[in-house]
Amino acid sequence: MNPGLINKKPSMSRNQILTFAAACAGLALLFVFDSTLDSFTLQIFKLCAINIILALSLNLINGFTGLFSLGHAGFMAVGAYTCAILTMSPEQKEVNYVLQPIVPWLAHIQLPFLPGLLIGGLFAGFIGWLLGVISLRLRDDYLAIATLGFSEIIRVLLTNAQTVTNGALGLKGLPRFTTMWWAWGSAIVITVFLVFLIKSSYGRAFKSIRDNEIAAESMGVDVFGMKVLSFTISSFLAGIAGGLLAHYLTTIDPKQFIFLKTFDILLIVVLGGVGSITGSVIAAIAVTISMEALRFLDGPLDLGFVATSGIPGLRMVFFSALLMVVVIYRQQGLMGKAEFSWDALARIGLLPRRGPKPGKGGL
Amino acid sequence: MDALLRTVDVNKYFGGLAAVSAFNIDVQAGEIVGLIGPNGAGKTTSFNLITGVYMPTSGRIQFEGKDIAGMKPHAITRLGMARTFQNIRLFKEMSVLDNILVAEHMRMGTNLFEATLRLPSYMKKERRVHERARALLDEVGLSAHEQASATSLPYGKQRRLEIARALATEPKLLFLDEPAAGMNPQESVELMDFILKIRDQFKLTIVLIEHHMQVVMGVCKRMYVLDYGVTIAQGTPEEIQKNPAVIEAYLGVG
Repeated sequence: MNPGLINKKPSMSRNQILTFAAACAGLALLFVFDSTLDSFTLQIFKLCAINIILALSLNLINGFTGLFSLGHAGFMAVGAYTCAILTMSPEQKEVNYVLQPIVPWLAHIQLPFLPGLLIGGLFAGFIGWLLGVISLRLRDDYLAIATLGFSEIIRVLLTNAQTVTNGALGLKGLPRFTTMWWAWGSAIVITVFLVFLIKSSYGRAFKSIRDNEIAAESMGVDVFGMKVLSFTISSFLAGIAGGLLAHYLTTIDPKQFIFLKTFDILLIVVLGGVGSITGSVIAAIAVTISMEALRFLDGPLDLGFVATSGIPGLRMVFFSALLMVVVIYRQQGLMGKAEFSWDALARIGLLPRRGPKPGKGGL
Repeated sequence: MDALLRTVDVNKYFGGLAAVSAFNIDVQAGEIVGLIGPNGAGKTTSFNLITGVYMPTSGRIQFEGKDIAGMKPHAITRLGMARTFQNIRLFKEMSVLDNILVAEHMRMGTNLFEATLRLPSYMKKERRVHERARALLDEVGLSAHEQASATSLPYGKQRRLEIARALATEPKLLFLDEPAAGMNPQESVELMDFILKIRDQFKLTIVLIEHHMQVVMGVCKRMYVLDYGVTIAQGTPEEIQKNPAVIEAYLGVG
C-alpha cells in the first residue's frame, strides 16, 4: 500500500512474530502441564480441549451459518460408539457383550486410535449429511425440533441395538487413548481449521446465509448446499469430539448422550458468543474449570443462616443463573461476534500501538 | 434480434389470488425497461418470478433462449441475472467489503480443500476478488467505508452497496426494485445518472421498478404498466402518460 515500504526487505510483521511467540509459549505450557499436573487436574485440562471442539462445532452451525440445531449429542454418540467399537480389542468385546454376543463382522476388528477416530468422525459426518439433506429444508424452531428428535432417535437406537452397541449396558474398559497431546492436538488443529474456514470465501458464504438467506441465494450462493456442507462439517467435528470423549472416560453408555448434553455445549456457545471462535474457546475452558471448581456446592453447605446436607446438582443452578444474567444483560455473550487479534489488543491498550511508520527505513 | 429476456403467459397464484396473470415482457440487450404500477400491482412478484424466488404457476420464462422457470435463484444468478431488493437486504453483520466478496464467491471457482488449506492457488484468487471488490466499491463511491458494517451506512449508500453487490456477480441483466425509494429529488437525479453510467460501463440491460415518475420517465425508453397483476399498457414514456387506462389505474375513475 505505502509506496515508501515497497523496497523494504521482506521481514515478518509484528503480528506474525507475536503469533509465532504465542504458539511457542502455548506449546511450552502444554509440555509443562503434561509433566507437572497431577492426574486429576490433567483430566480436567483434557476435558477443556474436548469441550472446545464441541463448542466450536456447534458454533459453526448455530453461530456462523445461523441454523438452530440441537442434535449435537447424537453426532457425538455416533462418533463415540464408532470409535470405541472399532478400537476395542476382541477380548474386551467378549467381556463387555454379556447379554448377547457382538455381531461377528465387528467382533474381530481392532484398529489403532487415529483411524478409529477418523472413521468415527466420518461416520458422524455422513449421518449429519443425511440428516441435513432431509431436515435442512426446515428453518428456525422447526429445524431445532427435528434435530433434537434425531438425537433422541440415535440414543434409542444405541440402547436397543444390543448386538452392536451392547445396549443400555454401555461399553466399558476402553483403552485410555485420549492423552493430553491427543486432546489438545485435536483441539488446536480443529481451531486452526475453523479459523481458516471462517475467514475463507466459504466462511463468508456461511455468514451471508445467517444474515439474509434470500439475498445470499440471489447473490449466487447455493444456500441449501452450503447449509448441508456446514452441517456435515459440524457433525464430523462432533463425531471426533465424541471419539475423544469415549477414550477419555473409558466407558460410554447411551444415557450420556441424552439431549441435555447438547444444552451443556449450547451453554458454552451462548456464554462465549454465538458467532465467535475466540468466545467459544474461552468459554469452553472457563465453564469446564468452573464445573469442577464449583463442585463444593454439591456437598454439605453451611451459609450461617441456612445449612444443607449436600444437594447433588446444585452447581448447575449457578450456571442456570449465569445463563439468565447473560441472556438479560449481555445477549451477545462474552465476545459477541468479535474475534481475537493482536490489533484488537493494541486498540484496547494491552499492546503498544503501532505508530505510523516513516516512509523510509522501515524495520 | 432475439430477446435477452422473454416471458410467455406467466401466471402466479397465491391460493385463489392471481398475483400476476398473463405476464408477457420482452427485453432486448442494452435496454432500460421500466415496470410501474400502483401498490400491490404485482411488480415485485414478477421480479421474484423471473429471478427464481417464486416458481410460476404456469407460463415460460426464457433468458437468452434458455428456459429458466423453476430454476433455483443461485443458478439463475450464475446465468447472468442479478437484483436488488425493495426493502434493502444487505448482510447486516458483515462489513461493506465482505458484502461484495460474498457475491464474488460464485465466480471465484474455488473449492473447500484449497480454501481451508490456504493453498497459493486460493490465495491468488482471494487477492483477485479483493481487487475486484475494491474496484467496485471505488466505482460506487464507497471505498472509504470498506470496513464499516453494512447497516451503519446511510440509506442512500446502502442502496448503492446493494447495486455494487449485484454487479459483483457479473450480470448481463440487472433488476432494480425501487432504487429511488426514500430518496430526495437531488439524490434521484444522481441515481439516474448512476444507472445510465453503470449500464454503459458494465454493458448491462436493466429492468427497474420505480414509483418516482421522474426517474422512470428519465431513464427508461420503454415501460410496462401493471395493475392487479394484469399488464394494462406498454410503450414509450410519452405513450404511457397519455394512456387512459394508466391514468385510470393511478388516479381512479373521475
